[in-house]
Amino acid sequence: MQHPKQQTTNPMVTGTSVIGIQFDGGVLIAADLLGSYGSMAQMRQLPRVFKVNEKTVIGASGDYSDYQFILEKIMQKVNQDYCLNDGYVYKPKQLYSWCTRVMYNRRSNFDPLWNRVVIAGLEDNQPFLGSVDLLGNAYEAPCIATGYGNYLAVPIMREFLEKNNNKITEAQARDVVDRCMKLLYYRDGRAYDKYSIAVVTRVGARVEECKELQTNWQVASQVASYD
Amino acid sequence: MSGLIKEKENGGFSFENCRRNNYILAKGGFEMPKATKTGTTIAGIIYKDGVILGADTRATDGNIVAEKNCHKIHYIAPNIYCCGAGTAADTEYTTRMIASQLELHRLNSGRQVRVVSANRLLRQYLFRYQGHVSAALVLGGVDINGPYLGSIHPHGSSDRLPYVTMGSGSLAAMAVFEDRYRPDLSEEEAKELVADAIRAGIFNDLGSGSNVDLCVITKDKAEMIRPYHVANEKGVKQGNYLFKRGTTQVSKTLEKKVQYDVMSTSVREIRPSTETMEIA
Repeated sequence: MQHPKQQTTNPMVTGTSVIGIQFDGGVLIAADLLGSYGSMAQMRQLPRVFKVNEKTVIGASGDYSDYQFILEKIMQKVNQDYCLNDGYVYKPKQLYSWCTRVMYNRRSNFDPLWNRVVIAGLEDNQPFLGSVDLLGNAYEAPCIATGYGNYLAVPIMREFLEKNNNKITEAQARDVVDRCMKLLYYRDGRAYDKYSIAVVTRVGARVEECKELQTNWQVASQVASYD
Repeated sequence: MSGLIKEKENGGFSFENCRRNNYILAKGGFEMPKATKTGTTIAGIIYKDGVILGADTRATDGNIVAEKNCHKIHYIAPNIYCCGAGTAADTEYTTRMIASQLELHRLNSGRQVRVVSANRLLRQYLFRYQGHVSAALVLGGVDINGPYLGSIHPHGSSDRLPYVTMGSGSLAAMAVFEDRYRPDLSEEEAKELVADAIRAGIFNDLGSGSNVDLCVITKDKAEMIRPYHVANEKGVKQGNYLFKRGTTQVSKTLEKKVQYDVMSTSVREIRPSTETMEIA
């Protein structure tokens, strides 16, 4: 007899990397607009970053249905906040803590949510950027990337932050993120050249729906043979 | 097939030992000795005047750093060098073998060795061993046809490209190249770009570390710069734990001569073993 829980260890529709970086006065995260069905590029307008409230944004890679499940639970909490109408809203660190407990609890029951979630926002006017994975591993860092972004984008972002002493402007952050998304499109087999960004600053949070990458294929003229 | 006499195999590689190894492993109780892997970042680019190869210098044995400053850029010919990732012994001996074959070829033909020859010999050797020789190589050189850079995978496939990276840190190094490579870099810019790529591997990949070695190959010469950059200095000890002289007080010193007697002396002539040495 097949064990009923075995279905949950097989991600179906997946999203690839999410990258995030802190800048002076805010945070931004970016993810491409692709939902892959195995090796097929099935959904090419799948938004994977989401605005929770004026202080927080969330993004995730991995199984998209598990991500929708998490989002639904979060939106229920946001609606509760709205109904209570007492001036308090969920802050990024609270959401991050909640997410960690949910993910770790699921993994302890051998029924993980197959995601790596990135939570970003302003916590008491201080930029916050954290990530929780399907095992419940949670950490905060000045720059975060999931999936292949961990190998390709993190070295670039870390080098850039170190060069600028961890203080960069929003424009610089957008530029680095664009370079990293380009990098991922070149070298990740499940990436896409259109992506969306979610930015949180003191003014508020917003999601910019669709940015297109300007890719450079000039190197193709130098590739002639395998010999 | 006869049950008693084994038929002679014609050519090719005999995988008899691989079958034997699998049988022994399946029986249980025997663990294959772990090969020292180089867990590496190696990279190369083509710039205006030639090729630059770069490598880190850490060799790992599982989770331990086996050697802090090993040599990953191997000599193939005066105008050809090769970086190696994978099993350290495989990269070392494969490149040495091909280097000796090419030296004989050079003496035979009287011409400068072409990099495609090195590529072909390496590829054909690695394919013959079906990936069991775990050597991933970045081959670079300059010959009569201009600068040449390519990567060779353990199973025997090769790619000829303007910039390549191999090893566990290859993604970090490739990120730097994809971000900043341009076709006609000057020598200084190209050296810094390769060093940046290797440093990205050193600081972001646990299998790579220590220093950056470079090899600059142009039409006229090949220059090994080892190290190009010492990225990780060994820390200076903050305290001295040696005891000062006089910590233990010397109360008495006693000197005694050791008496020995000469029992016998003998003189022997050193004679050659054969008597064929005759100087006419």
